[in-house]
Amino acid sequence: MGKVGLLVDFTECIGCQACVKACKEQNNLPRPSYTDYSDLNAETYTVVLNKAGTNFRKLCMHCQDPACVSACPVGALQKTPEGAVTYDADVCIGCRYCMVACPFQVPKYEWDNPFPSVRKCIYCYDIVKEGEQTACARACPTGATMFGERDRLLQVAKRRLAAQPDRYVDYIYGEKEVGGTSTLFLSGVPFDKLGFRMDLGEKSLPELTWVVLNKVPNIVITGYLLLGGIWWIVDRRKRMEAERLAEEEEHEENA
Amino acid sequence: MPRIVGKITFWRVLAAVIIVLGLIVTVRRYFFGLGTVTNLNDGFPWGLWIGFDVVSGVALAAGAFSFAFLCHVVGYGKCHPVIRPAILTGFLGYILVCVGLMYDLGKYYYIWHAILMWNHHSVMFEVAWCVMLYTTVLAVEFSPMVFERFNLDTPRRIIAAVTIPLIITGIILSMLHQSSLGSLFLIVPEKLHPLWYSPLLPLLFFISAFTAGPAMVIFESTLSARVFKRGLPMETICNLSRFLLMGLVIYVAFRLQDLWARGVLGEIFTGSFESIHFILEMLLFIIPMIILARRRAEEHINWVFAASLMVPLGVVYNRINTCIVGMIRSSGTSYFPRWDEFVISIFLVTLGVIAYYLADKYLPVFPKEEEMIPGELGAASESA
Repeated sequence: MGKVGLLVDFTECIGCQACVKACKEQNNLPRPSYTDYSDLNAETYTVVLNKAGTNFRKLCMHCQDPACVSACPVGALQKTPEGAVTYDADVCIGCRYCMVACPFQVPKYEWDNPFPSVRKCIYCYDIVKEGEQTACARACPTGATMFGERDRLLQVAKRRLAAQPDRYVDYIYGEKEVGGTSTLFLSGVPFDKLGFRMDLGEKSLPELTWVVLNKVPNIVITGYLLLGGIWWIVDRRKRMEAERLAEEEEHEENA
Repeated sequence: MPRIVGKITFWRVLAAVIIVLGLIVTVRRYFFGLGTVTNLNDGFPWGLWIGFDVVSGVALAAGAFSFAFLCHVVGYGKCHPVIRPAILTGFLGYILVCVGLMYDLGKYYYIWHAILMWNHHSVMFEVAWCVMLYTTVLAVEFSPMVFERFNLDTPRRIIAAVTIPLIITGIILSMLHQSSLGSLFLIVPEKLHPLWYSPLLPLLFFISAFTAGPAMVIFESTLSARVFKRGLPMETICNLSRFLLMGLVIYVAFRLQDLWARGVLGEIFTGSFESIHFILEMLLFIIPMIILARRRAEEHINWVFAASLMVPLGVVYNRINTCIVGMIRSSGTSYFPRWDEFVISIFLVTLGVIAYYLADKYLPVFPKEEEMIPGELGAASESA
């Protein structure tokens, strides 16, 4: 199986919250009421919202090169071969750098738990790796949320844009954002009107830190040689100066 | 010190109050979670404890490495008398940073995972290792003060023999650590305000920390000379203030050049929330620069003292602006530290001050030259 993804077509979403409900059941999340949510939180991996006259979903984008995965000092977050970004609560140390690093502000935290974990959508990894689709895609009655290989979903999205240019804004959100994401969105309303950031760029974020990190071995080696060298030169000069003084003294005593 | 009754002074009462409050908040933090004692939220996961206790704490502990470098590697001026206070400051600073981390980490009980589970693509991984290794190096650099106090000459001689490799290791770790705290923010170009986000963040963090070093030492030596009614190593202070001026000029030039190169100089004058904080931050570097350029330490020790106090404040301000102020606009939420967060930060600083006071009182932090072992950290080399 290639890398999987989700294609969410906002124009087909009827706002029924079936995906939210299915997500909560699949991930054993508490579920007071499915329509109370204004945003993702530690107990809600996905929401269906309505803005500018359209229903739309929010969930983890599962970046191709995820900032959170690169940021995690202990590797609690992983990009699996299937494309899901998963989280291991037994590895996490709780530094929350993933939350800082995520350009989509997806990872959420259990602030009121004395033993807190990061919570976010993991693409129902337990069932996806067995070849099933995610709970939200399975539950969607209209096919607005579609599960499949990312490459194929991208083709589907492009076909739809070409076939019905009046129905959509000509943009696939997630195709290129921060190097591309596994979750893709189509919308009839400009994405910035729904609160999606359009200024994230196409460059993957982990590159930005890696250009510095990969210099560390070099800095260490150069540092030892340079500092050791400076010390050696300065120290040698001092020793020779001391010897010269001692010799002069001896000379004077002899004279 | 104003005395109230016997050994009870105003400062001691204040310290006691802070400690009691600190302990109360500590209990609440560990029993009820971060949400109870902080204003952190899903949109704003890092606050005062990261910005002040950790990131600023590390910067202020930088004196240990700037001095180790100046004194023992390049043999600059007569800074030997203040090397030990610098190392003590660094060591206490790093211990407090570790304690601060134990408050801020959600799963503090898994902190040891950083040793076993590696992700070398993470800046936080580099930060974690630098903290661990450099705290160890500082502990070793600090140990001669304890050995000397208890007349343990053998371990003292062993450490004196490895002083140079030890110092160089410390300098490299410290360099990596200071810069990596800047690198942490390289991954958030879309979140951090352009007045602070720069590809040069690691370099700017490094230079400003290196500069904070001598300022902290001037400030502490002057203060501790007053408290313990000791003579001030005037010649050292003069050399340091000259060095501090140099550092400030280099830092300010770099900072402004960076803004200019990125085309965001105009952001300074927009009058926005960020621009006001930026101007205040820069004043804390530019005013001491002017003072030091116009007033010589020999005649105007009070001016130099004031300048040396402003620089660490400026560095702290810069770190807080990078971690908090510059991140607020993009977060879509608001954040101002809860009183509990301030209590813990003040609590940690208080513990640091008490530890410094006790160490200064009971350990040979300001040693007599002739009692030192040649080659030892802080000992003057033969012909210096």
